[in-house]
Amino acid sequence: MTVRTVSIGADAIASKGWIGAHKWLLVRRTSQLSILALFLLGPWLGIWIVKGNLNASLALDVLPLTDPYVLLQTLLTWHVPGLTASIGALIVLAFYLLAGGRVYCAWVCPVNMVTDAAHWLRERLGIKGGSRLPRNTRYWVLAMTLVLAVVTGSVAWELVNPVSMLHRGLIFGMGFAWSIVLAVFMLDLFVSRRAWCGHLCPVGAFYSLLGHVTPLRVSAVSRDACNDCMDCYAVCPEPQVIPPALKGEDKGIGPVILAANCTNCGRCIDVCAKDVFVFASRFQNKSGGLGRKSPSQKMEVMS
Amino acid sequence: MADKRNNPGMASRRRFLADMARTAGGVALLGLGVGLYSRQAASLPVSAIRPPGALPEADFLGACIRCGLCVRDCPYDTLKLSELGEDVATGTPYFVARDVPCEMCDDIPCVKACPTGALDHTLTDIDEARMGLAVLVDQETCIAFQGLRCEVCYNVCPVRGKAITLEMRHNERSGKHALFIPEVHSSACTGCGKCEQACVMEQAAIKVMPVSLAKGELGHHYRLGWEEKRKSGESLVAPDVPHEYNLPEGQRYEHGGAGLIFEESANKTPFGKSALDTLNGRSAAQ
Repeated sequence: MTVRTVSIGADAIASKGWIGAHKWLLVRRTSQLSILALFLLGPWLGIWIVKGNLNASLALDVLPLTDPYVLLQTLLTWHVPGLTASIGALIVLAFYLLAGGRVYCAWVCPVNMVTDAAHWLRERLGIKGGSRLPRNTRYWVLAMTLVLAVVTGSVAWELVNPVSMLHRGLIFGMGFAWSIVLAVFMLDLFVSRRAWCGHLCPVGAFYSLLGHVTPLRVSAVSRDACNDCMDCYAVCPEPQVIPPALKGEDKGIGPVILAANCTNCGRCIDVCAKDVFVFASRFQNKSGGLGRKSPSQKMEVMS
Repeated sequence: MADKRNNPGMASRRRFLADMARTAGGVALLGLGVGLYSRQAASLPVSAIRPPGALPEADFLGACIRCGLCVRDCPYDTLKLSELGEDVATGTPYFVARDVPCEMCDDIPCVKACPTGALDHTLTDIDEARMGLAVLVDQETCIAFQGLRCEVCYNVCPVRGKAITLEMRHNERSGKHALFIPEVHSSACTGCGKCEQACVMEQAAIKVMPVSLAKGELGHHYRLGWEEKRKSGESLVAPDVPHEYNLPEGQRYEHGGAGLIFEESANKTPFGKSALDTLNGRSAAQ
């Protein structure tokens, strides 16, 4: 990979302007902060639009939302969850099945801002190397959390889950939860590049499973225009998802990024001076008349 | 052998297996840590009380998804979500009776708010809640036992006169006063903690405890004879032969509690109730 840490996106800024080269990033941060703000309006200002936290919430006293991953753990402790929680989980499942499983990671999860900050600092300080974690570690962690629920009979992962720790901490009181958030920050800064969100987090792993069928995807629709500047790889939190779509034309692979771990963050769209990428439907994936999903793309999910 | 070792397929398979073992080992270690920590976290401190309708603690920790909706709907800010570093499992709701007790809302909003049923929705009458059981733990310092008329716990009790009653006992110290001893009845106590909060002492003498800790349990083979007698309407064993006393004429003994009884006719004799009275010169009329 070309070392261009300082000048990532420089071409895009030159051609599209700073705003144009950070459009989706700005929209995404707005989304993350707005969702957090909605939850904080109640405790801070007494405006109760949403109550609860990301594990389960009630919006406007009618709309229940439940994290299906947490509810799955509850199920595995042999507790039959109540109707409200089940309906909430179905709504959330339906949303992420449509919008992209790991849209949760890029657009909702508060830890993303922590790990993005750690990544930004890591690049700034030029920290390289560190331990290499396999990307599929997250599925092992996911399996471990589910086994823990069965073995301990409690939602054990929630005792340490940085995602709910941070979100619940901000809304209900942090306690020592900041230490776990700091640990994640340090991990991403010093130990391994994009270690938490890109390799370990079981919440992201769970949501990635929904990403196998989501219609909303990023497509390298103008891949012919790619000038191999590598900026998209450098900026992508899951760079292994790009090559099949971007470079797969010879092999008859369509331009849509089908890998389930693409978070639909849209940074590749921002950072590309040639406007190769756009948000598209997974069904707009015709290439040389070959199938929509090739085995090599399937493998990408686990790599 | 040499061929096998140099076989690229073999080498990559070995690397694959080694990588997998490394990942599995690391994750298993993490899981062990979290699992052991969850065992630690499962022990609820005695001072922390779960909201009304909470499932038994072991089930509760599996059913509660740590959303805090019960906390939000508690109108008296009684409930808190445990923060990391506290003794209660992180993110689960509880209250400390001595600080803020449960006000026992009629509509039980915390239970209604629970999306998973960790707070049991079949609880619709707050008087049926059993968050814990008040226990008068310190009978040495409770001022009622010193003969003072305190009765604060009795008077603040929302199930007044049922969950806590005042039992009169003889004051041995003064010899002529009564002690008004608060007595808790598990049949009515909801464990709301109003008594613990209101206790006038520096440290409450009456405390809400988990029911499992506060209650003893009689051996299941025990039968209380008088209960059985009441249920069946008659004694289950052969009735006792009434004890016969060899009493002087005009006197009889009643086993029901009245004790020694002097018949009316006894007073009509010229002699006193006791031969000693006559000897001591006391009037027979008295």
